[in-house]
Amino acid sequence: MLSKYEIFETNKMIEESNLDVRTITMGISLMDCADGSLEKFNGKIYEKITRSAERLVKTGDEIARQFGVPIVNKRISVTPVSIAAAGCEAESFLSVAKTLDKAAKTVGVNFIGGYSALVHKGSTRGDVTLVRGIPEALSETDRVCSSVNLASSRAGINMNAVRKMGEIIKDMAERTKEQGSIACAKFVVFCNAVEDNPFMAGAFHGVGEREAVINVGVSGPGVVKRALESARGADFETLCEIIKRTAFKITRVGQLVAQEAARRLGVPFGIIDLSLAPTPAIGDSIAEIFQEMGLEHAGAPGTTAALAILNDNVKKGGIMASSYVGGLSGAFIPVSEDRGMIEAAQKGALTLEKLEALTCVCSVGLDMVAIPGDTPAETISGIIADEMAIGMVNNKTTAVRIIPAAGKNVGDTVEFGGLLGSAPVMPVNRFACGDFIRRGGRIPPPVHSFKN
Amino acid sequence: MKGIITVLGKDRVGIIAKVCTYLSEQGINILDISQSIVQGYFNMLMIADFTASGERFIQISEELEKLGGEIGVKIKLQHEDIFNTMHKV
Repeated sequence: MLSKYEIFETNKMIEESNLDVRTITMGISLMDCADGSLEKFNGKIYEKITRSAERLVKTGDEIARQFGVPIVNKRISVTPVSIAAAGCEAESFLSVAKTLDKAAKTVGVNFIGGYSALVHKGSTRGDVTLVRGIPEALSETDRVCSSVNLASSRAGINMNAVRKMGEIIKDMAERTKEQGSIACAKFVVFCNAVEDNPFMAGAFHGVGEREAVINVGVSGPGVVKRALESARGADFETLCEIIKRTAFKITRVGQLVAQEAARRLGVPFGIIDLSLAPTPAIGDSIAEIFQEMGLEHAGAPGTTAALAILNDNVKKGGIMASSYVGGLSGAFIPVSEDRGMIEAAQKGALTLEKLEALTCVCSVGLDMVAIPGDTPAETISGIIADEMAIGMVNNKTTAVRIIPAAGKNVGDTVEFGGLLGSAPVMPVNRFACGDFIRRGGRIPPPVHSFKN
Repeated sequence: MKGIITVLGKDRVGIIAKVCTYLSEQGINILDISQSIVQGYFNMLMIADFTASGERFIQISEELEKLGGEIGVKIKLQHEDIFNTMHKV
């Protein structure tokens, strides 16, 4: 029998600590839509996406109502377009991006991911066509998200692609100058990209996945923060135990929602992604967890250790709560989407270099970081290469979602609005790396033994 | 299937009466009620049998929320499974 205490504890988490399910993401394979004609391909993918996800938003809303827990986003991920559209005779895949955008609007999801390419070892003709068109695609659509996998622990780092990324990121920043260079917020590059990530901008439906699948991303930094308030001054054993217990409870809600969504939509349940994702709302911040742990601001010495504790214990607690855990599963540290991170960056507590260090112990990397608009493309490529190297050597996923805010400088703030928040423009190391980036070619993968 | 109804708000005459009347009109049987008033704030927890409600659960939830708005309290109906999954292994 349920106790009164348990019922009020759950509802307090929802109402006072922003507990929610961050996203239900339906993965849809576009493999069977392949066609030599781009027009026919677009017709097929529109039909398949709108048919498969027809009831996604309505079902998500019904489940939210039934259990009394908010489900913030309903989203779609598709097979990387560079693969699905590889057979099309076309110079540009812009019409595919526009078709995806239209399909997203028809079914009412706020983002659709998968305008993507996997080029960690090299690029096919389809990859080249897609990557070349990313700036155009992201500046001429509203809901399409794009990602490129540039590196893996097995293949190394495709430095030709890394070089290209600096250029296209600058290009899309310029194209969307009037909207705070927002196209860059819809684009992420990866090392060791995962095939079942439900979170944007990096979601795509991997080639090893089935026809359609339901992946769910949970959240709840506010709940963890609130739980830690009860343990001020306690030792690390106590701290870890509290995080584990809280993560277990949060994840159970995600598991319930995922299974219910899968059942109602008649689509198999894929994974729960355990990432703690912040929002710009008060009390929904990863940085506030660090403060509760005893750091003055995110970025202070000790932050890497604090994040390592948080990340590991969220996994330990969450894994038992779900039948399948996958995706990125680790804390997210997007600067613009986290009030505490924004404040820490503004005060100078949090720097780009510290963020890079943090990526060694969490799921993603430099996320939603704004830098001066005049940062050279090669410097952006250098920043990306560093992140790719961390992921490659440490056998983990790392990512970069960086915004060279056109026309802005250190001290300015870029407004994105909504869940994307606002980002203070952060200083970048001004020393050059052009000769390094221009070498081109591929960095071979590291040795996978002799681990010391 | 059971539903958990929580009511929170400033105390006034007839809160329980209104909620119970509505539920009886819907053919919902109440299994358990507990209620407390702390510093003038009304706090009620009700467990009810929704087996007969079938597809109307969402509609009843919306109507209860509306009823709460009319009498100045917050009424929330939730499927019991969210509490069971979170607290029972």
